[in-house]
Amino acid sequence: MSDVGEHAFIDLAGITKRYAGVTALDGVDFTVQPGEAVCLAGENGSGKSTLIKIISGVEKLTEGRIRIGGKDRPVLNPRISAAAGVMVIFQDFSLFPNLSVYENIAFATQLSAHRRLYERDKAREIAREALDRIGVKIDLDVRVESLPVAHKQLVAICRALASQAKLIIMDEPTTALTEKEVRRLLGIIRRLKEDGVAVIFVSHKLAEVLEVSEKVVVLRNGKKVAEGPASEFDTQSLAYHMTGREMPETPPSAVPAGAKTLMRVDNLAKQGSFADINFELNAGEVLGITGLLGSGRTSLAKALFGLVAPDRGSIQVDGRDVATGDPIAACYAGIGYVPEDRLTEGLFLSQSIVRNVAIGRLDKHSGSGGFLKASAMIEEAAGWLKRLKVKAPDIDAPVQSLSGGNQQRVVLARWLSRAPRVLILNGPSVGVDVGSKADIHSIIRDLSAEGIGVIVISDDLPELLATSHRILVMRDGRVTDEVAGNSVTEEELAHRLAS
Amino acid sequence: MNKWVPQDFWTRNETLVSGVIVLFCVAATLSDPLFLSVTTLSDLLRASIVIGILAIGAMLVLVSGGIDVSFTAIAVFAMYSATVFSLAVWPDMPWPVIFLISTAIGALLGAINGVFIAFFGLPTLIVTLGTLSVFRGFLLTFIGSQRISALPPEMRDFSRGVIARGTTEAGSFYSFPWALAALVAVIVLTWFILHKTMLGRSIYAIGGSTESARRLGINVKATQFFVYVYVGALAGLAGIIHGSMGRMADPFSLVGLELSVIAAVVLGGARLIGGYGTLTGTLLGVALIVIVQNSLIVVGIPTTWQSVAIGLLILIGTGVPAYRAKRAATRAG
Repeated sequence: MSDVGEHAFIDLAGITKRYAGVTALDGVDFTVQPGEAVCLAGENGSGKSTLIKIISGVEKLTEGRIRIGGKDRPVLNPRISAAAGVMVIFQDFSLFPNLSVYENIAFATQLSAHRRLYERDKAREIAREALDRIGVKIDLDVRVESLPVAHKQLVAICRALASQAKLIIMDEPTTALTEKEVRRLLGIIRRLKEDGVAVIFVSHKLAEVLEVSEKVVVLRNGKKVAEGPASEFDTQSLAYHMTGREMPETPPSAVPAGAKTLMRVDNLAKQGSFADINFELNAGEVLGITGLLGSGRTSLAKALFGLVAPDRGSIQVDGRDVATGDPIAACYAGIGYVPEDRLTEGLFLSQSIVRNVAIGRLDKHSGSGGFLKASAMIEEAAGWLKRLKVKAPDIDAPVQSLSGGNQQRVVLARWLSRAPRVLILNGPSVGVDVGSKADIHSIIRDLSAEGIGVIVISDDLPELLATSHRILVMRDGRVTDEVAGNSVTEEELAHRLAS
Repeated sequence: MNKWVPQDFWTRNETLVSGVIVLFCVAATLSDPLFLSVTTLSDLLRASIVIGILAIGAMLVLVSGGIDVSFTAIAVFAMYSATVFSLAVWPDMPWPVIFLISTAIGALLGAINGVFIAFFGLPTLIVTLGTLSVFRGFLLTFIGSQRISALPPEMRDFSRGVIARGTTEAGSFYSFPWALAALVAVIVLTWFILHKTMLGRSIYAIGGSTESARRLGINVKATQFFVYVYVGALAGLAGIIHGSMGRMADPFSLVGLELSVIAAVVLGGARLIGGYGTLTGTLLGVALIVIVQNSLIVVGIPTTWQSVAIGLLILIGTGVPAYRAKRAATRAG
């Protein structure tokens, strides 16, 4: 192994990190060769973020040895680490929305040159070189705020390259990207590797980056539980190592025959978003709706809950018309909606966990004179948190302190406390780790078994296959296909999606 | 697209404000042909000097992602203290020294804001609301609350110095005071800092995203501290110019003007969320506010309507671009 360590760009040995008694990392060895791509997998709390923070010099280690670029680094801070060529691209990219593309790319480089004066032409040149290196054309003068997410990511990569990156660490690089953008990103990663730049992917969704990776390292509870060539891993084995348990996804049990129609959508249309949407949803049925980004699936999801006003068409629940374009009417008709982006659309982040659930039932707990019967309401909310197994040390803690999976359960608990007839879940497991994802799927199955109609809108095909009885495929705003959940494979479904 | 017209030309605040200014001037000229004259120009320019320097400072703070409401208190504090000091120590003190003292006092008071904001990390509005009151109270309690009209002679001399003066054919008098050069100097210096130094780019970067700036290794504290010291110094300079040109050191003046100044800056396209703001926009905003304050009467609107007009301008001038941006965002989503 010493030979490997000799040439490795990153060579960590016996890394242990303790925070006030809690062991976040326990004797982890980790190496990255120049030009190598490594997948670092693990659930929330597995220690992967801590490991990244140690490599980038943000956190000091308790025990162990760090070598970067062949040199021992007994003292490490973000500046030393960056000077050695370690660049982290955070999930939010850490760009300046108000500045131009070229300035964003060149800022760090110019800063590290310790010049007082700002050279505009030099900055443009640095930016152009970096963009050429990954073979991408982006208007240099445009403000970053007006770029699509995929381009922002490319700008962040260029910024790392401009700073002489030898290792780029990417946090959740594919979550916000479409299929096509992921392909382009992978192409760029290949080019970087040929240039000798190493990459570490930190991700929940690893299947997409496995094909460009040489090595996979899986952490669980602070320990390295698996390491090996990427070719020896697949989604299933990754999930197994990350969670430590086998998770065969049981397909949903059949809808009871003669179930009555819960929801009926007729000729729903909105100019430029979707058209001719017709479907029925039975009690106890899980209906999947899928489509690529831009297929209109998100607009449709919002329209079903009244967040987008359709131009035409009607929605009925239990045979009664629901006013379209009015989320409050949808609520009272018994429709619940769990949004795609729970952070901005679904939760009151700084409010307590229990209040986030209780808000759904404010009107049911108003007493005489409009005063709130708070204790009964809180008690009820706490009951729902328990039923959905929300892991929280303290239900009065702000909801933002929870992991993605637990946050999603809080949103679900809020809706379930209202006893909805139809629950619409838009991307139910986006940003949720593998273990929680399986739990959410089993919650969906339980709900349908209780007779609730569930609509799952997602581009995660395995998720749809694991939960849905029926799947509608959308393209260009229209439903182009309807398939039974147990009759297709993932490949077939992917083919129907793209063709 | 024409190379000389930026892509966002028609949606920029600068364009909107210029348009309103032109419209106003046309209307004013139609109702009073004498409006379009060197005299009006010199009056308006004269009125723009103090508010212009203050606005440039306020713009810098907005760009850095903060807001400062204490600069008028700093201005009047610096002006009055420098005058009192000069009268007590050396009445014949040359005006550049008095100006320097006032600017230095301003910088010092700005540094107090800077310490609270940059080093203790307190919210800028709360800090400057506090210091606004403290500076003003301190001035009136400990330094003086009397108007001083017997200024040091050098200050009077400064206000008499003109670049050009004369009488128009219609017989009205005009003059361009040297104080205008101070405004120009401040514009040039600020332009240089904002566009030609890493410090200036860091101010924009911090306004865009403080967290990203920190991760990138920008010295956020030092940059913020600089901003408040610089704004304080500009306020000190504006204060002493205000005193000299008004030929009176009035401890009750200026305070209350801060919202008009911030309004001018916001009209010029600076955003309260930070990261956005240009010198051109700021100066256009100042021009518009000054025109409204001085010439509303020309188009037949009573001066009592002044604040209504300014309020409407802010609502329309900042509301229209904001509404358009929101519409565009909804369409994109």
